Amino acid sequence: MGKTIAQKIFESHHRGSPSSENVVLDIDVVMCHEITTPIAINDLKARGMDRVFDPDKIKAVIDHVTPSKDSKTATQAKILRDWARRHRIRDFFDIGANGVCHALFPEKGFIRPGHTVIMGDSHTCTHGAFGAFAAGVGTTDLEVGILKGVCSFRTPRTLRIRIDGTFPDGVSAKDVILNIIKRLTVNGATDQVMEFCGSTVSRMSMESRMTLCNMAIEAGGTCGICMPDRTTAEYLWPFIKDDYDSIESAEEEFKKWHSDPDAQYSSELVIDVSDMVPQVTYGYKPDEVKDVTDLEGAKVDQVYIGSCTNGRIEDLREAARVLAGRKIADNVRGILSPATPKVFEQALLEGLIKTFMDAGFCVTNPTCGACLGMSNGVLAEGEVCASTTNRNFNGRMGKGGMVHLMSPLSAAAAAVSGVITDPRKYI
Amino acid sequence: MGNNMKQFGGPALFLDRDDINTDEIIPAKYLTENSKIDLKPFILEDLTLKDFDPNSESLKQAGVIVTRANFGCGSSREHAVWVLEVNDINVVVAESFARIFRQNMFNCGMIAIELPKDAIDRIISLGDQVDISVDVDQSTITAKGDREESFEFFLNSFDKDLVMAGGWLAYANKNY
Repeated sequence: MGKTIAQKIFESHHRGSPSSENVVLDIDVVMCHEITTPIAINDLKARGMDRVFDPDKIKAVIDHVTPSKDSKTATQAKILRDWARRHRIRDFFDIGANGVCHALFPEKGFIRPGHTVIMGDSHTCTHGAFGAFAAGVGTTDLEVGILKGVCSFRTPRTLRIRIDGTFPDGVSAKDVILNIIKRLTVNGATDQVMEFCGSTVSRMSMESRMTLCNMAIEAGGTCGICMPDRTTAEYLWPFIKDDYDSIESAEEEFKKWHSDPDAQYSSELVIDVSDMVPQVTYGYKPDEVKDVTDLEGAKVDQVYIGSCTNGRIEDLREAARVLAGRKIADNVRGILSPATPKVFEQALLEGLIKTFMDAGFCVTNPTCGACLGMSNGVLAEGEVCASTTNRNFNGRMGKGGMVHLMSPLSAAAAAVSGVITDPRKYI
Repeated sequence: MGNNMKQFGGPALFLDRDDINTDEIIPAKYLTENSKIDLKPFILEDLTLKDFDPNSESLKQAGVIVTRANFGCGSSREHAVWVLEVNDINVVVAESFARIFRQNMFNCGMIAIELPKDAIDRIISLGDQVDISVDVDQSTITAKGDREESFEFFLNSFDKDLVMAGGWLAYANKNY
């Protein structure tokens, strides 16, 4: 019987089988940020076990609230910073070099096909875009990961999602993943790996694949995953060029991870994007999704472009298509947070930052802050945000505030028109 | 027999809604606390549920949460489990759980019990004051209200080992 990519990764990282349904895996990359790691660090210290299993396999960043907004967040940053120095964790990213973890770490080439990755952050599923098994975990799992380099999982079932067709102009990876979550519902993929395949995925950039995999958790999925291919090899080339003779040979080697043609799936979802309309959430759950045309005219107070879902260069370029030569509406505040310093720098070079600023946007440093209502764009009660983030829970971006999730293009259109509107009329 | 000294159970708090998420259990603004006990006053502060009062006596007394499908969805924050723990709630009975939340429960040596919808209906029908006790060895829970009912649940052997060990760190320290 054939195997899925997740099964292949599980077999190659198998460390133990504590029950017939559970496996313990060796972890290649343990990623840490300043919100969920400090309690693990303090606990290890209190237990007299302040050690790390391998400083080279631990990556750390201060990204959720940065620069720190108050004494408490400064303390969290300090705990992580001191710990990284104490254990000589070289890949630690602080102010000046920090960015949103799930955008920053891929840029650094840390995630490779076949890797196992954990982080105390639910959107760790993003890294499956590289053909890795990457899962969000709690602080105890993170703590054991830091200490021992292992993590337990239930044996994965895989849900295959086949995406075919050519995106109409104005429709992108964000629209298709919102549409998939709508079909699956918020727990339709619980305890399953969501394997994305099909001609549309094959043509997607790594940035788009990351957007796709990023929201797997919103359907309950353990991990999103794409087959590593030529696009993956080209993205990773600067980091792997000493390991392979050529991009072609890397691409060829990556194929060993690909799901076998006769692999078993728990179920399959088939989607054709050829006639898809931009998608927008309307309620307080990520599966409450409608065509943007059904929400035309809905009020917006703030527009937020950024996050691990849509704060990459491709996303800024999309938004700038709408914003170029236009002004945001008087009733709207626009906030852009490029997800990493590299994205910020590239956007400066391309003139995108000027486009955003000319349109009336505030451009902030890379940070997760506003997405989870911690800093840099928190909503007041009764306010509504058109946002390129991933979660629209009640009060997510601020108590009493509402979030409509959408693509960067749709968010930019909402900024210009002052209400939710079909972005296709601006391009 | 005798190897599980910890008692699991207590008065039930009914949260009769699907998809209660981690942000409702503990809002992100409290994730800046670096001590579990400091989370205590903020339990379920943002829960959207008709007639629910986060300052009610039934919440203060609760030892068990009884709820519906996909409890704990959303964030990976273990704070959502810790805030229950520091409020002396060590069992959640639900139709289903989000993966990370369920794992966090067992990783902390607490118990996430899945029961079918009709069993949850029956527990809720036992009245406003229901006391729940969990027998980990026998994998049964007994709910005592206007009348008494018992239900078997499935506890996989690893999850049971985590409960017995007092959590994943203790288990991993011994075995890995």
